[in-house]
Amino acid sequence: MPALLYALRTLSRDWKSGEIGVLVVALLVAVGSLTAIAFFTDRVGQAVARQATEVLAADLRLRSAEPTNPAYLAEAEARGLATARVLAFPSVVSHGDDSQLGAIRAVTAGYPLRGTLRVANDLFTPAYAVEEVPPRGEVWAESGLLARLGLEVGAPLQVGALELTITRVLEYRPDQTVGFVALAPTILMNLDDIPDSGLVVPGSRVTWSALFAGADAEITRFAAWLSERLEEGERLQDIGDAGEQVTGAIDRAQRFLTLASLVSVLLAAVAVAMAARRYAARHVDSVALMKCLGAPQRFVLQVGLWQLALLAILAGLAGSAIGWLAQFGIAWLLAELVGGQLPPPGPLPALMGLVTSLAVLTGFALPPILQLRSVAPVRVLRRDLPPPRVTAAVAAGAAIAVVVLMLAWVLRDFRLLAVVVGGIAGLLAVLLAAGWGLVRLSGSVRGGAGVAWRYGLANINRRGGESITQVVAFGLGLMVLLLLTVVRNDLLDGWRASLPEDAPNNFIINIQPEELPDVEALFAEQGVTPPVFSPLVRARITHLNGVPVREADVTDPDARGLLTREANLSFSPVLPASNTLVSGRFWAPDSRGEEISIEEGIAESLGLSLGDTLGFTVAGEPLAGRITSTRAVAWDSFDPNFFVLFQPGEIDEFPKTYITSIYVPRDERGVLLELVRRHPSVSVIDLESIIAQVRQVMDRASLAVQYVFGFTLLAGVVVLLAAVQATRDERRYESALLRTFGARRSVVLRGVITEFVALGLLAGVLAAAGAVVVGDVLARQVFRLAYAPDPLLLVAGPLLGALLVGLAGTLATRSVVRTPPVRTLRA
Amino acid sequence: MTILDDVSLAIPAGQTVAILGASGAGKSTLLALLAGLDEPSSGQVWLNDIEMTALDEDGRAALRAEHVGFMFQSFHLLPALTALENVMLPLELAGRRDARAAARAALADVGLEARVSHYPRQLSGGEKQRVAIARAFVTGPALLFADEPTGNLDARTGERVMKLLFDMNRQHATTLVLVTHDEALAQRCDRRIELDAGRLSDDRMN
Repeated sequence: MPALLYALRTLSRDWKSGEIGVLVVALLVAVGSLTAIAFFTDRVGQAVARQATEVLAADLRLRSAEPTNPAYLAEAEARGLATARVLAFPSVVSHGDDSQLGAIRAVTAGYPLRGTLRVANDLFTPAYAVEEVPPRGEVWAESGLLARLGLEVGAPLQVGALELTITRVLEYRPDQTVGFVALAPTILMNLDDIPDSGLVVPGSRVTWSALFAGADAEITRFAAWLSERLEEGERLQDIGDAGEQVTGAIDRAQRFLTLASLVSVLLAAVAVAMAARRYAARHVDSVALMKCLGAPQRFVLQVGLWQLALLAILAGLAGSAIGWLAQFGIAWLLAELVGGQLPPPGPLPALMGLVTSLAVLTGFALPPILQLRSVAPVRVLRRDLPPPRVTAAVAAGAAIAVVVLMLAWVLRDFRLLAVVVGGIAGLLAVLLAAGWGLVRLSGSVRGGAGVAWRYGLANINRRGGESITQVVAFGLGLMVLLLLTVVRNDLLDGWRASLPEDAPNNFIINIQPEELPDVEALFAEQGVTPPVFSPLVRARITHLNGVPVREADVTDPDARGLLTREANLSFSPVLPASNTLVSGRFWAPDSRGEEISIEEGIAESLGLSLGDTLGFTVAGEPLAGRITSTRAVAWDSFDPNFFVLFQPGEIDEFPKTYITSIYVPRDERGVLLELVRRHPSVSVIDLESIIAQVRQVMDRASLAVQYVFGFTLLAGVVVLLAAVQATRDERRYESALLRTFGARRSVVLRGVITEFVALGLLAGVLAAAGAVVVGDVLARQVFRLAYAPDPLLLVAGPLLGALLVGLAGTLATRSVVRTPPVRTLRA
Repeated sequence: MTILDDVSLAIPAGQTVAILGASGAGKSTLLALLAGLDEPSSGQVWLNDIEMTALDEDGRAALRAEHVGFMFQSFHLLPALTALENVMLPLELAGRRDARAAARAALADVGLEARVSHYPRQLSGGEKQRVAIARAFVTGPALLFADEPTGNLDARTGERVMKLLFDMNRQHATTLVLVTHDEALAQRCDRRIELDAGRLSDDRMN
């Protein structure tokens, strides 16, 4: 009989008898968790690729903080290119007494030059494409704005000094970014309305974009012409640049999520190894018989290989189908963050599913199956002959090789691979050691609390290896879930609690110098203590110690960012409250005007120290200063703070606006609305709503990550099933024996429950302890908080573990309890 | 298939009985029925004036916990438990509070006081069966069932274990029912019952 046919028959027989059930389920969990991520990121990737040509809403985009040089637009039009302009800035819009931060995009006719706007006539009605932009007097707002302000289409919206009418719901614009979060909903309006709105005055924080589109060759020539003329603060973007940013972020997210799902794959693989070992052990006799009847080693080998190949294909396809279904969950959880409609996934992840399935089987199931070929035929006569053993080195070698290959394929970075492999090995060692300790500890408490209790705990100890594996498998899954839920909330709450009660909850920006007296008066009028207003001068760093920044050797990305974008300078006669002096003197008494104090972190990344000089350009005029002090800044004071502070003097003469932050209780917010009404160009940014939105985003993202780690728990359950299956015969025998001695069913059942509840408790203790340690490290290193673990954590971890493992284990073994006692005589 | 047919017998308290017969004659099935481990398809089994066949499984288990001890050919010690814990097992199932002390004493009676905290895998075959004897007698059962108790032991060890079993039996005045192939063992019993193809072929006093 050909090996394939025989393999098919034995597989279908084993399937019917439930022999390979656990093996298949473990494979399904592994493949399902990995392909769920792959299908989802495939969809996002496709959406990004599809949108890449539209992401600029043009072929070429020029960004600047100042209005686009009209000469550029004239030149583009002379060359036959289409042009449009976009002005973007955040602003508070209001309706009655309700206000909301919006992302204003004021556009000219022709926008977008590439791609199409999609709008709807009302909330939850079908969207359609439009060719025009909002006419004057109208805005198109995203549904989020309507929802937050409780408005419908047709309602008036106060935008600066203007009352505009919402006429459509904005569903899609080509230059919205896929894969990023827009904190504030977009409000699309006509650029011609901006002057009357009073929102933009010199010095306002806005971004101007000029869009260009046309024939490829002309665009290339125009881009070359333009880049020769670019001035400081002007940035040219083509489609390549824009795509890179987005795909970079998607790629990082994909790698992170894939790594997370590899945890489930690893655990499932452990279950595969356990199930394969049992499968091989149970086939020793039939292989001996086959060989006795004349089957050569080659045939046994071929059958084994065919069985694995068939299993790999079946589980690969079925697991991919599960992954395909599961990705809808991720897409749903992340819908708000990803934005827009995702195209359906392509078929490629299914191929990955097949490869995963094959790889897991090769690494974890192949060694014991291969070993079957050396079963001695004489076993048919002498059952006491030991079955062939797989050497630990072969089994571990194959498994490690497969794991490292899979990690290498996900990470595609040798150094990172070394770090991750080292990290995993370290973590496993710690967890295994902790698991071993816990299992040993459980042995010492099995004393005199009744037979069921002792029997359950004794089982944990006797099956030490399996017990440790299960404790670690469940402990890991629970730990991650605890971190993502309890610890995350603890840390956020801890951070919020560390802020003073009256920490500023509003930033007020874009206050013109001539408005300042009136703004201060307004606060006084309304009985609110006027805050400290800091001057803000927008400048660009041009020289470091006399060397032009283009030639400066700066690699730190934060520092590079500071050099390429506009910097905010301020000046102050005294050291601001939330700053502490680190070195130097905050203004020598006899100097005037040319001293600089710099934040210590940025000084370090720019390689600057006391005595160094910095050159700036402010509105085209040069400004220079010498560093005479460095400061540490408490950024989370929510006071306006600056990397660079000047000594008052020369800088006073440059164009500036004022900025402040203030605590306004919820019920006194009227003063802020009054402020915006009187001074439309002043922007009030509500920190609480931003924090609330950030938190909402984090909640969503962490839900998605929890979803991914849900597979880890599932893999933990499969490990448990594999362990139960491997010990089923033993358990039957022991249950029968206990009952022969007169134990009631309930006693045997209590023993089983004790065993699994105790295992779950141990896993939960491990998880809670791990979560506390990680939470503490995060609190110290990242949040710089003193971390007091939530007592809930220490209760929830063990409780959850006991419940989950107790239930799963008891359900999986309950049939064993029914084994009739007469089996002891027939064993 | 009928395994046992028309088997009717009564065993008075204190008697030692050997059940003999070829493989497949129904010895183990008879033992299982007598001990309430299995239910007959028809007929009745009485133990101490209680009709076991009228009880459900848990009822029979409770009866066993109170009155019955066991020994098996393959010892059947629970591998997760120490020698002491194995002996404590039937005491605890019967709800005895002094389980630990009684088990320790029983192990001392079979000469294993030095091995109390050993696991079955650390004991020799003879030692395992001695633990099994301690476990069988520790509850002071009225009735002890033994299934080929020396079947897995070499001749010398088997002989020693046998002697111990009968000594203990005399001390405790236990009713002993044992299934065996061993003629010498059968000779030591008060009575021998032979089965042939599920029927009682011989029943006489030694």
